[in-house]
Amino acid sequence: MAIWLTKDSKVIVQGMTGAEGSKHTRRMLAAGTNVVGGVNPRKAGTTVDFDGTSLPVFASVGEAMKETGADVSVIFVPPAFTKSAVLEAIDAEIPLAVVITEGVPVQDSAAFWAHNVAQGQKTRIIGPNCPGIASPGASNAGIIPADITPGGRIGLVSKSGTLTYQLMYELRDIGFSTAVGIGGDPIIGTTHIDALKAFQEDPETDAIVMIGEIGGDAEERAAEFIKANVTKPVVGYIAGFTAPVGKTMGHAGAIISGSAGTADAKKAALEAAGVKVGKTPSETARLMREVMS
Amino acid sequence: MDLFEYQGRDLFERHGLPVLGGGVAETPQEARAIAERLGGKVVVKAQVKVGGRGKAGGVKLADGADEAQARATDILGMDIKGHTVHKVMLAETADIKDEYYFSYLLDRANRTFLCIASVAGGMEIETVAEEDPERVAKIAIDASKGVDEATAREIVAAAQFPAEVAEQIVDIAVKLWQAFVAEDATLVEVNPLAKVGDGRVLLLDAKITLDENAGFRHPDHEALIDQSAVDPLEQAAKAKNLNYVKLDGEVGIIGNGAGLVMSTLDVVAYAGEGHGGVKPANFLDIGGGASAQVMADGLEIVLGDPAVRSVFVNVFGGITACDEVANGIVQALALLGERGEAVTKPLVVRLDGNNAEAGRAILDAANNPLVQRVDTMDGAAERAAELAAAGK
Repeated sequence: MAIWLTKDSKVIVQGMTGAEGSKHTRRMLAAGTNVVGGVNPRKAGTTVDFDGTSLPVFASVGEAMKETGADVSVIFVPPAFTKSAVLEAIDAEIPLAVVITEGVPVQDSAAFWAHNVAQGQKTRIIGPNCPGIASPGASNAGIIPADITPGGRIGLVSKSGTLTYQLMYELRDIGFSTAVGIGGDPIIGTTHIDALKAFQEDPETDAIVMIGEIGGDAEERAAEFIKANVTKPVVGYIAGFTAPVGKTMGHAGAIISGSAGTADAKKAALEAAGVKVGKTPSETARLMREVMS
Repeated sequence: MDLFEYQGRDLFERHGLPVLGGGVAETPQEARAIAERLGGKVVVKAQVKVGGRGKAGGVKLADGADEAQARATDILGMDIKGHTVHKVMLAETADIKDEYYFSYLLDRANRTFLCIASVAGGMEIETVAEEDPERVAKIAIDASKGVDEATAREIVAAAQFPAEVAEQIVDIAVKLWQAFVAEDATLVEVNPLAKVGDGRVLLLDAKITLDENAGFRHPDHEALIDQSAVDPLEQAAKAKNLNYVKLDGEVGIIGNGAGLVMSTLDVVAYAGEGHGGVKPANFLDIGGGASAQVMADGLEIVLGDPAVRSVFVNVFGGITACDEVANGIVQALALLGERGEAVTKPLVVRLDGNNAEAGRAILDAANNPLVQRVDTMDGAAERAAELAAAGK
């Protein structure tokens, strides 16, 4: 087992025929993901060949689910069309929608999140602006490189893509059950807390790495959750200890205005919850090594 | 993107919200012309994106065009908390009877929007919330329903606005929400929302933040960017689609992925503590691709900063293969040489992840005396800090 994405997951790609979508569909297939088709109303009925694997293109998420039994959609459509793509996935009640697209207006994210809540949250949304979710050796939905690490017993949840890869790489000899990149946008579908809860309940995860960034108070809220609910060891890392106040650093969420949301405040909150927090990625890996030994 | 007050006033006016007449001036002569147009008493306000301008002497009353010109002369060029005043707004004056507070903003924790309203306006809302929390109403806004008349009435009731202004504030609440949505704002704050002598309720200040991700559906927002505040290196980087932020240290930073680059800033700052306190000179995320062209553009920007003494290139090959990145660095140095911008500052390169061995071999084979290869992030940061300290 892993969380949310297993070897049995059947994956469709919204935007499979676009440049990013087709590049990463090929990579997901190479990683052993069971990709069963794509969605593009203008190319419905055609097929796309990926190194010998022929994938059908469907008119809608609903049709793709009906024809293939798909239960995961990975969304690569451009920002201007992301809201309608996610709304379509929600209306089709697909269990998991992974929104890779970067640069989605926050009012669009708020709108699809509100719609998901109104529909009873039948769809788990990961992202937007995230690298996706990988259960190494089982399945890969998104753009996390599949060959960094084999399967193992560490769970990872992170706001940042490359830091996820860095930590996976440093701990590749131990291996990961699932790595979830939740994205750094102000409004995201899956939070640190959601992933912590799932890892706590996952019998194949022994310890958890949590990677945060300056901005917002998601890490502080996660710390409260850990204190009350997580018995497995958690090791944390926060990027942006030395970032100047008021500057946006690439991620929309990675901005500090005033005193709240600083890396120091997040570190203190996590440590108060019993989480060991590394000052650097390598120190974080070292702390996890101690936990797993 | 944060707007100036005058841009906010204009935006409110465009959306049919009640504001006082006003205009913006960059010279005392322009200020005079606006004061003549407005007639009578005017207020001259420094346009800076920082609080506390009143206390700093950046807001003055003026009776007539002569005085308005004189006050504008005083205020233009002033320094307010490190912000030079390049523009003043002139506005009609009002006989303020009551000051309220009203805002819509993003509520990250609840993944929706929030209305904050209070009858205690005119001062910092944080202070009111601390000292008098029952006078600050917070109402969650359902992003799919927005603010209609019924929601506006809930807001007015929750904030306990007086009956005589209730109807006007209901109307303002609805229109302000429409403006918030139409402009893709993440914050609109009105403080004060004021009742004036003749009973009208007016929006007398504007703090607005627009969502840059929504720029594709607002071509007009481009014109709102304050060019005078943009760092020239940041501007050059933006023209090349590079995500660059100028900082004030000596170690140039290039990396892939916002999180990793932010982490690199930390690791370099820690290393700098042992090397005379050198710090990162910038944030530069070259993203996933990292072709030779992108690497050359990135190096050109970073080396264009005269404060830079050494450069740390920190790449984790995830999707990108490190051999491509290594080729990119070698070609970038050649490209810069051809452009006549020969590199003279040392580069410390750390490549890890996908095809790292091949990438390192390429750097070794190129044998450029300026390029030093260090294979761990901590070690490379240490070396880059040491070189920056030596070059000081």
